[in-house]
Amino acid sequence: MTYDAIVIGAGMSGLAAGIRLAMFDKRVLILEKHSIPGGLNSYYQRRNFDRGGIRQFDVGLHALTNFIKKGEKGKPFSKLLKQLRLSYDDFKLCPQSYSAIRFPETQLRFSNDFELLRSEVFEKFPHDIDGFNLLVEKVRAFNELDLSLGYSSSRQVLRSILKDDLLAEMLLCPLLIYGSAWEDDMDFAQFVIMFKSLYFEGFSRPEGGVRTIIGLLMNKLQELGAEVRFKTAVSEILVKNGEVVGVVASGEVLLAPVVFSSVGYPETVALAPSLEAKPRVGAMTFLESIFVFDHKIPLTANEATIIFANNAQTYAYRPAQNFFDDVSAVVCFPDNYEPHVRDGEGTVRVTYMANYQQWKDLERSRYLEMKQVVGESALALVHSLVPGLVEKPLFTDVFSPLTIERYTGHLNGTVYGSTDKTRDGRTPVKNLFVIGTDQGFLGIIGAMLSGISMANLHGLMSEAKQGE
Amino acid sequence: MADVRQIVIDIISDIAPDEDVSSIDDAKSLREQLDLDSMDFLDIVMELRKRHKVEVPQEDYPKLASLQSCVAYLGPKFATAPV
Repeated sequence: MTYDAIVIGAGMSGLAAGIRLAMFDKRVLILEKHSIPGGLNSYYQRRNFDRGGIRQFDVGLHALTNFIKKGEKGKPFSKLLKQLRLSYDDFKLCPQSYSAIRFPETQLRFSNDFELLRSEVFEKFPHDIDGFNLLVEKVRAFNELDLSLGYSSSRQVLRSILKDDLLAEMLLCPLLIYGSAWEDDMDFAQFVIMFKSLYFEGFSRPEGGVRTIIGLLMNKLQELGAEVRFKTAVSEILVKNGEVVGVVASGEVLLAPVVFSSVGYPETVALAPSLEAKPRVGAMTFLESIFVFDHKIPLTANEATIIFANNAQTYAYRPAQNFFDDVSAVVCFPDNYEPHVRDGEGTVRVTYMANYQQWKDLERSRYLEMKQVVGESALALVHSLVPGLVEKPLFTDVFSPLTIERYTGHLNGTVYGSTDKTRDGRTPVKNLFVIGTDQGFLGIIGAMLSGISMANLHGLMSEAKQGE
Repeated sequence: MADVRQIVIDIISDIAPDEDVSSIDDAKSLREQLDLDSMDFLDIVMELRKRHKVEVPQEDYPKLASLQSCVAYLGPKFATAPV
């Protein structure tokens, strides 16, 4: 079979790229290894043995970043709506109440109104408010979409602007754990993307979770007549004279003059043996514990949506030394998005940093035991944050770096991909492009914008150029 | 001859449904008056090709800056386009 373009992976970037290409009459084929779409932001279900029925879970979604109000213009989310021709209302966004960065003695709250964070910094770090304002201006003026930028260390930039190391650590904490492939630091361009997405714009969650977004994308693809094949793993990217010609998937040769790969840069190299690049596999991977209680959470008036808890003065963002790192965690209370529904079951999600190799080396029985240890630790943390919460959850699920690797195909269970990004999407193979996390945009919105901008640049604009 | 001005306005209202296209000043740049970025201009070009088989090479994108320049640039193309 011959197509105008093949997209590997039906995650957020692959679906968005597929929509853009199909919108302008390209014959597009999207190939997905898993049986459902979503990639790193997919969903699953578990039978509810106690009560009958089925419980639905999102794999990764804590928050959709880049929140905008209806009609706001010039923001990543509004660009995405226009490019995919989707309507704001269809996303059914439920905004956060507020989120909190908690260090031992200090807490900084932030919400979808940036002034909350500024006033918190003014209150807790009055000696550094000028530095903070300077940083804000630098971030605002920075063009993070410049595809030609090289790496520069965010910690160095922060050190040169802020006086108080604690403030720098606290600001970095959510930005690192919600998007950095690098240990302990991140590229300043990525810092800017994250700062804008989290602090300037904020969090929301679509009603119905990630399925709502995936449903919109899949409907659009269907409307446009794009083909999506599930349970179809690509085993090889076919390259002839340094140029991509197609792929082999489930034993079938599929031809296309351009291929977009969302499986990660190192993973793409592994599929194209002649591709001369050695992007590193990132080290950052995570454990997620999900608890279901028989009532909504929390019970108190203190209704943070997400708490970034760190029990040390510095924020260590690196693989855990001992299976998982319980010094810091991200605790998400999906029930605390607006509007607060107060009846029905409640959910809490806890993310820990993990260590891939240690989990990989465990025997099956030890693996299950260790998952239980993680679940107990996460539950104790939840109880410490929500006093008065009923002791036993109705349901607990813990997934590990191995789970992530198995379902997404991302080597070593990395969530934010390789530390070697290819910002313009190019690879040494002509017309083979990387989209998604390893192209360097972050989060669900970033992933979709990555698919859009790479499809525009390499799938549509190149053609407009030839079309004289 | 096709009404090029209306064709461009129709495309803009489809790709940026939130924009008010009723009071555009033809002489002024579209970007100054509407929230359009380079991605939107790509869509204008792609829609011209898709709907009207009119090709705009990348180096000519600046010629779409205002409605006036759109009409001046696209008019001859529409006159010869296979409708």
